[in-house]
Amino acid sequence: MLLQMEKITKLYGDVAANAGVDFTLEEGEVHALVGENGAGKTTLMRILYGEETPTSGTIRLRGKELVLRSPEDAIRAGIGMVHQHFMLFPSFTVAENIVIGREPRSGILFDRKKAAEEAARLSAEYGMPVDPHRRIADCPVGIQQRVEILKVLYQGADIIILDEPSAVLTPPEVKELLAAIRGLARRGKSFILITHKLQEVMDVSDRITVLRDGRVVATVRAADTNVDELSRLMVGRELVPLEKRPARPGDPVLEVEGLTVRGGRGKAKPLLDGVTFTVRAGEIVGVAGVSGNGQTELVEAIAGLRRIDAGRIRLCGRDVTGADARDLRRHGLAHIPEDRYRWGSAKEESVADNAAMGHTDSAKRSGFLLRGRLRRMAEAWIAGFKIKAESPAVKAGSLSGGNLQKLIAARELAHGSPLVIAAEPTRGVDIGAMEIIHAGLLKRRDEGGAILLVSSELTEILKLSDRILVLYEGRIAGEFRADEATEEAIGRLMAGVTDHAEHAVSAGRAGRSDGADLAASRG
Amino acid sequence: MELLLDVSLYGSTLRMIAPILLAALGGVICARVGIFNVGLEGLMLTGAFAAITGNHLFGDVWLAVLFAVICSGLMSLILAWLTIGLNANMIVVGVALNFLASGLTTYCLSAIFHVKGSYYDPGMAGLPKWDIPLVGDIPGVGGILSGHSPLVYVAFVLAFVLQFFLFKTVKGFRLLAAGEHPEGARSLGIRIDRIRYWAVLASGVLCGLAGAQLSLGQVTQFTEGMTAGRGFIALVAVMLGQNHPLGVMLASLLFGFMDALSIRLQGYALPTQFTMALPYVMTLAAMFLFKDRAYLRQTGRID
Repeated sequence: MLLQMEKITKLYGDVAANAGVDFTLEEGEVHALVGENGAGKTTLMRILYGEETPTSGTIRLRGKELVLRSPEDAIRAGIGMVHQHFMLFPSFTVAENIVIGREPRSGILFDRKKAAEEAARLSAEYGMPVDPHRRIADCPVGIQQRVEILKVLYQGADIIILDEPSAVLTPPEVKELLAAIRGLARRGKSFILITHKLQEVMDVSDRITVLRDGRVVATVRAADTNVDELSRLMVGRELVPLEKRPARPGDPVLEVEGLTVRGGRGKAKPLLDGVTFTVRAGEIVGVAGVSGNGQTELVEAIAGLRRIDAGRIRLCGRDVTGADARDLRRHGLAHIPEDRYRWGSAKEESVADNAAMGHTDSAKRSGFLLRGRLRRMAEAWIAGFKIKAESPAVKAGSLSGGNLQKLIAARELAHGSPLVIAAEPTRGVDIGAMEIIHAGLLKRRDEGGAILLVSSELTEILKLSDRILVLYEGRIAGEFRADEATEEAIGRLMAGVTDHAEHAVSAGRAGRSDGADLAASRG
Repeated sequence: MELLLDVSLYGSTLRMIAPILLAALGGVICARVGIFNVGLEGLMLTGAFAAITGNHLFGDVWLAVLFAVICSGLMSLILAWLTIGLNANMIVVGVALNFLASGLTTYCLSAIFHVKGSYYDPGMAGLPKWDIPLVGDIPGVGGILSGHSPLVYVAFVLAFVLQFFLFKTVKGFRLLAAGEHPEGARSLGIRIDRIRYWAVLASGVLCGLAGAQLSLGQVTQFTEGMTAGRGFIALVAVMLGQNHPLGVMLASLLFGFMDALSIRLQGYALPTQFTMALPYVMTLAAMFLFKDRAYLRQTGRID
């Protein structure tokens, strides 16, 4: 056994983030760690990486007890971590990023030539191509992740912790990453993979440990389980499969025509370029795309939070181009914003006040707020959306991300507005909350609401949408009906592959034999 | 105009540059670790006063320079402790430090020398002038380059040394890393707070030299508020030079030239107020030209 974490307990005050967790890792193994938000995955890994000290419990590496006081200790022991938010230096080159902290030197000088050689050597040895001289800022996210892994390898890690590694990747990049992980595992490197994407877990891991409320619920072999069982273990109950009736689209509610938002000064490329589409009553239109391709701008433009440079927007037949957020809301817009802290809530205020936002018009009498009515409204949502809040009086910021998101979704859906914009409605939210929010959106659709769903989560788009638009570099790259959409086809458009370039990609695919190996070995 | 731009003008340019350049190099180091050091002005003033005081106490001009370096070094540690140790807002602390320096030097001036406004002792020796043997004989430029106080040469040499340090050495590389992405550097076990302390201390030392050049190199006297905004001009030079020591050297050359020019113009019947405003007009113009450079966004993000 390479690594044993025994009876790890970590207390924050009275709250146990980890309670007697046992976790083991073998050489060359890929061990996935799954669980809902707040289940204690990240805490456990921070302990292993020396960023937290456990309240009790021991860590053994190759049988010998290990005390980790800092990331440096962990790195020295051969444990490396790739954080969810990359720890790269954008203005430095790939080579500099790989060697930093253990730079090759001659005297006091930093030997950059040797660094580039080292980077090239590692890159070749592990079959992860990178250009050592390129600046990180100029590398796509997929390459950046490769650099992160090479950096950890350069540090001499045998155990590599990956925290939500696929969150920011396009589907082809994810495939490549999973292939790289398998390839490295075959060479004896061991991986701990934190993720909530269960299909990836099934594809790549040997064993899976499920955490819930800081405890290990189960450790299973991937071969002996399936996605359904895993989600059941994570949530602790049976998940109700989403019932989705076919949509019955009615009149157009949102009509967007030639919507253009130019980039900042000195940027030639517009952020949105002539975007045209319609959302009808009773349908969910999903906008897929890798984040940063204009989704944020699209939502903000429609919601009146950003100036439009060209194009028209009609809401319920009325021209609302250039209207402000207040007018738009009065004319039938509800908006679950992408950033729940920046736009969606006032963290320092109470849950009740946050719930009241936008509902004050319907709960006032001669200029006075009817607090009681607002409170009853909030309480109804707390019950209906199973929001875990001690009382409506606690600060909104004290709620977990998932619970706050449920509150915002409940608030926005309760308007019964003709149009609901749901931007990344379940980002960073656990399965339980996701289920509730999804059900809420579908219910609104069936009541005749038009819903514009913007999400970088392809599974979410496929699960909910009746029609799917793919946004790439500010343009609509393609449109699918839900029944004809496949993950493959959308993924290609998301990555900017047009039919024209198809050939190049299939040639590239053939070159990556690891992917095929992976499929064969696990099939 | 030909009369205007003669050898002695260029010579005085170099002399004027030295304090700005020295302070600006300190600013560069701070900016590179993510600290926007607004306190350069106060640190320089501290240095200028300490240099005169040191000279008065020890009667030796080099001990005086050392004393100036130590005093503004200590002052800079106050700034470092407040911004790094206590996480106070660096702009507020910098501004406060400037007021502290201004008040403290005025107070000490009357407490130690029993004078108001300025202190001048005809018997006190200033920094020596170095005549550089071969360079001084070159026709034309010889007169410009030779015959300055050693600190002027030190300033220019330090610009090159700092450029080399930042971009060629391992320590410099880590300093850049700590400024570029503190979280990332910390996750690699780089001790960023220690680097930040050293950076602020270095700026204190450099401002000490800058102050010594002001009060012992150009004239041998101390006047209340004699830095007259040079610390802020140094900040602009940092911005204009985009945090590169050599770029900052060029920017300082420009400002130093404006400074010298303004003094020279006073001999040509132009109103003093106008000529004195010249360097600052230049500074404003520079700010406009470079407003897109998100200098404040890059720095000012100590966490």
